[in-house]
Formats: sequence, structure tokens, C-alpha cells
Amino acid sequence: MSFLDLKNVTKIYPNGTKAVHETSLSINEGEFMVFVGPSGCGKSTLLRMVAGLEDITEGDINLDGQLMNEVDPSERDVAMVFQNYALYPHMNVYNNLAYGLKNRGIDKETIEQKVNDAAKLLQISDFLQRKPSMLSGGQRQRVAMGRAIVRNPKIFLFDEPLSNLDAKLRIQMRLEIKKLQQKVGVTSIFVTHDQVEAMTLADRLAVINDGIIEQLGTPIEIYNNPKSLFVAGFIGSPQMNFLDANLNNKTLSAENFEIKNIDSDYNGEVTLGIRPEHLIESENGLINLNVELVEQLGSDNLVYGQIKNIKDFCYRSPGNQTIKKGDTLSLNIEENKYYIFDKSTGKRVN
Amino acid sequence: MTRLITSGFSHFILFIGIFIMIVPVWMIFASSTHSGLTINTQGLQMFLGDSFYENYLRVLLYKGGFFKEITALKMFLNSFIMATGVAILSVITSLMAAYALVYFRTKYATLLFWMIFVTILVPLELRIFPTYSVMAELNLVNSYFGLIVPISASAIATLFFRQFYKTVPDELLESAKLDGANTWRFFIDFLLPLSKTMIVAMLIFMFVFGYNQYLWPLLVTSSEQYWTVVMGLKMMSGSIVHRFAFVMMSMVPPILIIIVLQKHFIKGVFQDK
Ligand SMILES: Nc1ncnc2c1ncn2[C@@H]1O[C@H](COP(=O)(O)OP(=O)(O)OP(=O)(O)O)[C@@H](O)[C@H]1O
Ligand SMILES: [Mg+2]
Repeated sequence: MSFLDLKNVTKIYPNGTKAVHETSLSINEGEFMVFVGPSGCGKSTLLRMVAGLEDITEGDINLDGQLMNEVDPSERDVAMVFQNYALYPHMNVYNNLAYGLKNRGIDKETIEQKVNDAAKLLQISDFLQRKPSMLSGGQRQRVAMGRAIVRNPKIFLFDEPLSNLDAKLRIQMRLEIKKLQQKVGVTSIFVTHDQVEAMTLADRLAVINDGIIEQLGTPIEIYNNPKSLFVAGFIGSPQMNFLDANLNNKTLSAENFEIKNIDSDYNGEVTLGIRPEHLIESENGLINLNVELVEQLGSDNLVYGQIKNIKDFCYRSPGNQTIKKGDTLSLNIEENKYYIFDKSTGKRVN
Repeated sequence: MTRLITSGFSHFILFIGIFIMIVPVWMIFASSTHSGLTINTQGLQMFLGDSFYENYLRVLLYKGGFFKEITALKMFLNSFIMATGVAILSVITSLMAAYALVYFRTKYATLLFWMIFVTILVPLELRIFPTYSVMAELNLVNSYFGLIVPISASAIATLFFRQFYKTVPDELLESAKLDGANTWRFFIDFLLPLSKTMIVAMLIFMFVFGYNQYLWPLLVTSSEQYWTVVMGLKMMSGSIVHRFAFVMMSMVPPILIIIVLQKHFIKGVFQDK
């Protein structure tokens, strides 16, 4: 049995909303697991069931070999970082960190030692006497992290802890969270709807859609090998391009091009997916793109245009190229870098 | 310039208001420092006389009442005990009632709350006889307990605390739970400190409420030993200057409590900003 084990976990809220469907998942000790998915897909619900803040309608949750279903959150030895941090407004930073330790009856000197160590690790030693209201967003974020770390819990739970920060700070904190987790080595679950955050943080990633884990794997596995249309569309930025096509006898015919010798026995209507970064310019390419908009990011350009009737097709070109509105680009798909999905079920077929 | 005029004008109005309120009080105070003879012959006085100590000491120590066994000093003690008891007890009960209403998972919390709330429409005067008969049957007539308890359930204070608890974010409770706090600890470590200012405000409010009670103490005490100041105002006999002195003294405790607690009140309000 692994460190954290979810077995057929289902959550139905009292009002009848089915937020999580029969989800099973194993997380190893020390692993950094990320739940990613669109808003309302049930990520928070799943996380909160692990924390004990929501009852489990059906199924079992085991943590460190112990069945958690009926265990009170205060007894679970888990720590959670909330989106709005939920710092204790009437306590200074020191007491915010110390509170959980005090409740366990740890003696004063040990508490002081632990709080100071955590504060040093998070570089908040200078603010220990301040109230949370006197801290910046980033500092509050650190205090929230500190409160989790100082208790040395069995598992860290993060529910979109970075979404209240500005873009730059997010990236910085993202990095710090990852470094910190590697340093303290505590098993972690991180919930986000930002796929970049998910990709960069995760040891393993669970892509959740509508209360179901659509795919589970390392970020690279999922990026390279999405098993469904949903996962393919969700992971990767900018989003994968999707074109309607037909697959017959291993030949794929899209609106104005064909790909032969496809490794699939499926016949019928399909959706072809191509990532913007898997296109290359070449003479007599498969696809002719009429450029409508160019976003220059410096390192590379995002070129948006039209292929016949398909709008907003995206191509990522190297940054040193100058492409203008009105140009026509001839593009090829990199060798085997395309994904074919059954149009009705969304399942991958190649 | 116009600002100066409007602010001058509003100050003028305020001064008139203060004047109207202060002058009668001042006249009673000034008159209470004269001898009874002066007042009877020359009417109310605007300036201080020289019988301050004489009058006030006599009032404090004079044994009044029908059986001559109650002094003003004892009445002040009674009022203080009653008002403090009412203030503390009603704040405690409404804090806990509000806690249960907001945080316990009862389906009927809202219904229960409204049932508590409508008791505002049923003032003590309306339920005074049933309340009295309960007290009489419990043998609590003529006791501090009987004076305090029946008026110590405050729907208004419960309403205030409930509305405040509802603004406390759920994450705070959840976070505290994960930090190992049980229901009781959350109340002590979070809700109490967070509602500190409100508690002080309610203490003032309920103290004055308790101090001002007239009908209930009148009914529930037959022994003069339990007379309160407000009852004494009515019962006091004696010279007019002594009554004036008593009136003046009766205003001191509520004013004092506001002055003393106001400090904490303001501190509490601005500290967490
Ligand atoms: N207390 C509740 N009662 C009833 N339904 C709820 C409750 N909380 C959440 N839901 C529903 O359950 C589903 C999953 O909600 P959840 O909060 O887990 O989504 P999420 O993936 O965390 O979304 P987000 O990214 O917006 O936070 C949603 O459809 C939501 O409306
Ligand atoms: Mg959520």
C-alpha cells in the first residue's frame, strides 16, 4: 500500500451535486502530486476530503496505513494552505506558526526552536512580531507555508495558494514551493487550474474533468501522450490546435490535406490535434496558414491565422523570425507529432 | 470659507444641544450642594453652595426605607452587583448561543435564531407575571440570582454576535481544525479575541440596561436589602436636597463604566487596523 491511497472515492453534496466520481489514486511518500482541471471539476472537493473537511460519501481514504474516513481533521496530521491563506488575523506571525504546535502540548522551547527554524527557511524571521494585516501578499503566502511546514505533517495540501499573487510573484513562489518541498520532502498535493503551474511543480499530475481523473502521469508523459481530447486541450500552452478530420484505412483526410500511413485501425470521424510548437515551416508544407495576428514574446512568436475555414490556428515560431499579418506560411507537422481522437468519445485513437 | 461657516454652524447647533442637556443636570448638582432651607425659600440654584459634604454623606449613610434598614451605599452595591451580573451573564449566554447557532450543524439553526429573535417583541413587562411566578416557585425572590438571571438572556446581543460570526471566513475554522483546535478551542482562541470590541460594547450596553431596571427589581424584591439605586430614586424620602444628591450620585456608575470601558473599546477598534 502506498502512502496515501484513495479507493473509489465519491462525493455527493447534500444538494445532490456529484463532485467526485469513484476516484482511485495512490500517492507515494515524498511525492509532489498536482490536481489540475477546469473550475468546478472537483479538485478542491477531493483535496478537502483528504483533509477531512468534507465527508466522504463513498470509498476509502488511507493515509500512512490508517483508514481516515472517520478521523477528525484535527487528528489527521495534515496541513493545508488555503487560497486566501486563512491566517489568524488576531495573532502575530509567531503565534500563527506556533498555534498548531501549542495545541499538541509541545513545550515552549521546542516550539520556539521550530518556529524560528521555519521562519528562517521561509525568510520571514523579521516579521515574526507583526500581525498578518501588516504583511504583503507574498509575505502572507510565506507565513501560510510556514504554518504548514512547522508542524512537520504527514502531508501538505495546497488549494490554489498562488492565485492571489501577481504574475511575477507567482512564478517566484512556485519555484520556492518546489524547492521547499524537495528540501523537506513531505508528501504534497497541490491543486490548481493553471496548467503551467501544474507542469512545473508536479512529480505526477492528475488531470481532472467533471469529477473524474482523466489521466494520471508525469507532466512529460501527459504532454507527450495525452489520452483524451480533454487532456490534450488542457495541457500545453498555447492550446493544442484541433481540426475536424476523417480517418479511413489508415489515411487521415482533413479539409485540405491528407496524412497517410497512420498507426491506427480506427475508421470514422476524428479530431486531429497538433501542438503549435510541433509545426515547422517548410516549402510545400501540408498546411497553408494565412497570418492574422502575431504575438511577439521575444523568445518566440505566437502566430495566429486561418487555414481555409478554420480560424485561430496557432503556430509557435522561433523569435528571430519576422512574420507579418497577411503573410502565408507553409507548415509541416513534425514527425509523428500529431494526435488523433475519436470525435464522439474524445478517446485517443493513434 | 464656506466650510468654516458650515462647521461653525454645526458646532453652534451642537453647543445648543449640549447646553440643553447639561443645564438641568448642573442645576440639580448646584442645588444639591445647598441646604434644604435655601432651596425651599429661594428655589433652584445655579451656583455651588457649601453643604456638599454634609448632604452627600448623609444620603450615603442614612438608613431609609420603611424599615430603615437600607442605605444609599447598599443600594449602589446592589445596583452594581445586578448590572454587572446582567452584563456578564447576558454577554456569555449570547456569545455561546450565537456560536451554537452559527457553527453547529443543525438544520433548524435559522428557525431557532428567529425564535430567539422574536422574543425582542415580548419585553419583560409583558411576561413579568409568569416570570415572577417561576422565580417565586424556585424560591428565588429576594436574591441576587432572582434579580439577575431572568433578564440576562439578550436576543439583541445574540443577534449582534451571530451576525459577526457569520462574517468570519470558513477557512479560519478549517485552518484552526487542521491545526488541532477542537470546537471549544476555536471559540476561546478565535471567536473571543476576534469579537473583543463587540464584547466590550455589549458589556457597556447590558450594564446600563441592567442598571436602569426598575419594574423587575421592584417586583422580585420585597426585602429592602435588595433595593437598587433606580428603585431608591422613587422610594427615597427626605429633604429635596438629599434627593438631588441621590439623583446626582445615581448617574455616576453608568458614566464611569462608559468612561472606563470606552478606552478599551477604542483601543480594540483601532488596534487591529
Ligand atoms: N458545499 C457545496 N455544496 C454543493 N455543491 C458544491 C459545494 N462545494 C462545491 N460544490 C460543487 O461541486 C463541484 C466541484 O466543486 P469544487 O469546489 O471541488 O471545484 P474546483 O475544481 O475546486 O473548482 P475551482 O477551480 O473553481 O476551485 C462544483 O460543481 C461545485 O458547484
Ligand atoms: Mg477549488
